[in-house]
Amino acid sequence: MAEAETNLPGTSAVEIKNDPRVPAELNNNVFITTLDKIYNWGRKRSMWPMLFGLACCAIEMICTAAARFDLARFGWELMRPSPRQADLMIVSGTVTKKMLPQIVRLYNQMPQPRYVIAMGACATGGGPFKEGYNVVSGIDKFLPVDVYIPGCPPRPEALMHGFIKLQEKIEKQSIRTVPWYQPGGDDVVPVPMLGPDVVDLRRTAEIAEKTRA
Amino acid sequence: MAEATTTVPPAAKTAARAEKAEKKPVVTLATLTPEMASLQQHFGADLIQPAPYEGVLITDPARLTEVTNFLHDELHLESLTSATAVDFIKEGYIELVYHAQHITGGAPLCFKTRVSRKDADTVGLPSLTPIYPGVEFQEREIYDLYGVRFNGHPDLRRILLWEGFNGYPMRKDWHEAYYAQDTKPYDTRWPAGNHKLDEERVPWADNVNYPPNFNPAEYTRNPDEGLYDTMYKEAPEQGPTDTPYQNTGIKTDELIVNMGPQHPSTHGVLRMVVKLDGETITDLKLVLGYLHRNHEKIAERNTWLHNIPYTDRLDYITGMPNELGYVLGVEKLLKIKPTERADYLRVIMCELTRVASHFWSIGFLLNDLGAFYTPALYFITEREFVMDLFDEITGSRMMNNYMRFGGVARDVTPEQLDKIRVLVNERFPRAIDEMERLLSDNEIVRMRTIGVGYLSAERCVAYSVTGPVLRASGVPYDLRRADPYSLYDRFDFDVPVLYGGDVYDRYRVRVLEMRQSLRILEQALAQIEQTKVGDIQAGKKAYIHRVPAGEVYSRVETPKGELGFYMISDGGQNAYRYHVRSASFINLGALKEMTVGMKVADAVVILGSLDIVLGEVDR
Amino acid sequence: MSLLGTGILKGLGVTLKHFIQTYAEDFKYIGKKAGIEPRPLRRQNPANHGMVTVEYPREHMVMPENFRYIPFLVKDSATGEDKCTSCGICAKVCPPQCIWIVRTEDPVTKRPVPAPKEFHIDTSVCMNCGFCAEFCPFDAIKMDHNYEITSMSNRQTELVFDKDRLMMPDTYHAGIHPADWARELEDKKADEAKKKAAAEAKVAADAKKAAAAATGASAAATKTAPPPKPPAPPAQ
Repeated sequence: MAEAETNLPGTSAVEIKNDPRVPAELNNNVFITTLDKIYNWGRKRSMWPMLFGLACCAIEMICTAAARFDLARFGWELMRPSPRQADLMIVSGTVTKKMLPQIVRLYNQMPQPRYVIAMGACATGGGPFKEGYNVVSGIDKFLPVDVYIPGCPPRPEALMHGFIKLQEKIEKQSIRTVPWYQPGGDDVVPVPMLGPDVVDLRRTAEIAEKTRA
Repeated sequence: MAEATTTVPPAAKTAARAEKAEKKPVVTLATLTPEMASLQQHFGADLIQPAPYEGVLITDPARLTEVTNFLHDELHLESLTSATAVDFIKEGYIELVYHAQHITGGAPLCFKTRVSRKDADTVGLPSLTPIYPGVEFQEREIYDLYGVRFNGHPDLRRILLWEGFNGYPMRKDWHEAYYAQDTKPYDTRWPAGNHKLDEERVPWADNVNYPPNFNPAEYTRNPDEGLYDTMYKEAPEQGPTDTPYQNTGIKTDELIVNMGPQHPSTHGVLRMVVKLDGETITDLKLVLGYLHRNHEKIAERNTWLHNIPYTDRLDYITGMPNELGYVLGVEKLLKIKPTERADYLRVIMCELTRVASHFWSIGFLLNDLGAFYTPALYFITEREFVMDLFDEITGSRMMNNYMRFGGVARDVTPEQLDKIRVLVNERFPRAIDEMERLLSDNEIVRMRTIGVGYLSAERCVAYSVTGPVLRASGVPYDLRRADPYSLYDRFDFDVPVLYGGDVYDRYRVRVLEMRQSLRILEQALAQIEQTKVGDIQAGKKAYIHRVPAGEVYSRVETPKGELGFYMISDGGQNAYRYHVRSASFINLGALKEMTVGMKVADAVVILGSLDIVLGEVDR
Repeated sequence: MSLLGTGILKGLGVTLKHFIQTYAEDFKYIGKKAGIEPRPLRRQNPANHGMVTVEYPREHMVMPENFRYIPFLVKDSATGEDKCTSCGICAKVCPPQCIWIVRTEDPVTKRPVPAPKEFHIDTSVCMNCGFCAEFCPFDAIKMDHNYEITSMSNRQTELVFDKDRLMMPDTYHAGIHPADWARELEDKKADEAKKKAAAEAKVAADAKKAAAAATGASAAATKTAPPPKPPAPPAQ
């Protein structure tokens, strides 16, 4: 980390002082504000969502991409069916336990930086089907979610509002602090297993302890 | 399971409920129709008895095959519409309920048999798949959710859940992790409804239900157990001479490829496991349940009213017909009739939905053909206008929640009716013409679809296929004509039938159906003027319905096919049994026969031509 | 089938037509700025062809009165109190059971007071069905039009709406549901007229009681009765 960082008055620019990552002759002379801005501007205008529909919300997602709402105006239109080419996962619909391992696997296959939007009540917190035996009550138990959009289903405008919120989040990120350039930042979520119920592999010891008769 | 039952309703209330439950009316036995009587005459009154409320009861499950053979061969009930089970926990048996029907129309014949709860998954009962192949998926569903073993079933594995799942969830004594109480409304919500998330209420703060002594580190069972067994076994050793496709003589390796559950062509979260010889499909299996969200279990806990918005989420593209099917069933139990205006509004909404749904399905059929998004964009644009209307009239684009018992939620204004007229008289006819100009003669579309995914009329009927797929194979069966409901006997319309039985004819049938829907809409829009404005609810609007004890099988023709609701009321506020016979689910049963021998790319198109919606397939 | 390729050409003609139609609007309204209907309305009009895109963050589609999203509670701006009496009907009709109400108790008599102490709606469970608004006998809960309620942080604290978050002044309600508000005012007037008539009859106390009961019943009856005028159906 930089030893001392000063925000220049009136701007978001940050002056780098004595940062070990910056060559010595450049120290005290570097402002990284423009790079951040360009970096984020480029990223936020060319998100590639994953073409991945789960349930009712997927229909509204398709409508958002269609002519009436036209997601392409944001530069987000390129829905990629392959997780390797996508950087945004829209969890659009009810996450069932049977589907959960696949979703987590898809998330792990996405390259960093990656974002997750939980679209609709079901993905956010289980929704009307929360009580069901095969329904995961919110994808945020397994994946880090950036934006939650409640509603059943959210209107296409609501989804776009979520997108805009995500853009705002991206804008605030700095190239120096984003996790994917930090050591160990490329975190992989363990893929849950289907047993008698869904098994969160992060908690196997706890489960074994609690089920002991 | 033990962890789940933390909240117990106050003892006083349980007692009151038990008292109410005891005041059950005497069960009335069904009156026998001539067909049932002839069945009884043939097999004797010992074996065939009138069942409670509806249908006949076959007292000896071991003779089920014999009776069903008679039904199929002598009474000519060609198609088995629905098969389901009911868990009578107090009486200690599981009742199997079948509905068979003539493909020429009329009400279905219901027959039941019983198997005790204890030996349901050990002794079981004979499978009906040799007689009605269409029952295969439904029997697997019963096995999955109720634990009834079907002897002689070709592939008895879990269908909606996975191998190794703990218990049979639809049984009445099986409780999920977030189980709060048997019936809604929950007592915890009011008057002392201190908000508490389910995650906090249930121990372990998680949504799970493990058996005792479960150790995840030692668990090895494969959730796909048995899936690939038969596929490997059937691999032909000395060249596929008896398979329906012709091998060119070149020795090729066979591959098993999983398509889905995340695949852009599977219309949601469906998984197709295909065995390939080169690019030719030699075997296909479906893995369902990736959107199984426990509609039936939740619905049996809901009050009757609560279920209306849930039905919207079955086939989420066609909310209105789903609601209509459910509401008609409950109205039959309640013995009320909607007002005239409400009836017309229902028809108008359902037909608008049909047009919108067919626009959607044709657009995505073209997507599957490789016409990426252009046709779909045009047709979604047309659909948007229906969505705008629904937004205005019902309050939501897709989840309309519009029908009520005895009426509809809101009346339409003259301006809204005029808007519908603009759509019906001007916009949609032109849009459909344009669609035909764009697609019907297009050589690529024709080459890719004509002769692809052929299914003969006989096989369609055997697989209990319904909807446009059935009519494209030359069977003129449309519930609006075959067993009319609502006001459909008042309108002048045709049932389009084509005889090709392939993808192209399915597309053509949909186009023709849209035109017929517009015809119905024109008549309905003219006739609704004669009804009284504002008269949209029969009787008083209520939120608690005590539905008289009884059972009903109500069905409607949705754009996908026959949607049936089988419901049993025990006289309370909730359904005792609520089963959805969904068209998409049963139509999928015929997919294998259509695809084997085709190329992989064609499998995608054939699936698109079936027009499935996973919300309805998995429920 | 005719000459090979004509079908494709015909189809291409359709796409060409669509392409040209997207510019039709520009030519039609050249030089005309005033007097034309707002663009979202124009693009939602089924009689128009061509462009349909509503450019969302810049322009919003006009929400119809019946549109429903998340419920909100109505606060009477005249008295400054909420209209809710914590009768619990909304909690009972809620299909996913996402409404939680704590009834207020009188601190002295321990009797219930017709006002909610706490009112929670879990928007991560709510299915926007509108039953709560439809069956509320006091017009105290209504469905909001605001769909921009995206949350960026912890859903369990941010998306469970408490009473303060749910409460909206009735002027807001009147603004988004004008027809429903007009019906409410009419109901109120009718109620007052009835009460007046009852008072004028000058019957004894027990008779008054009966009158109160009658108003209660009539209030319920107007809920189910059809609207008096067709232009806008009540969103109840």
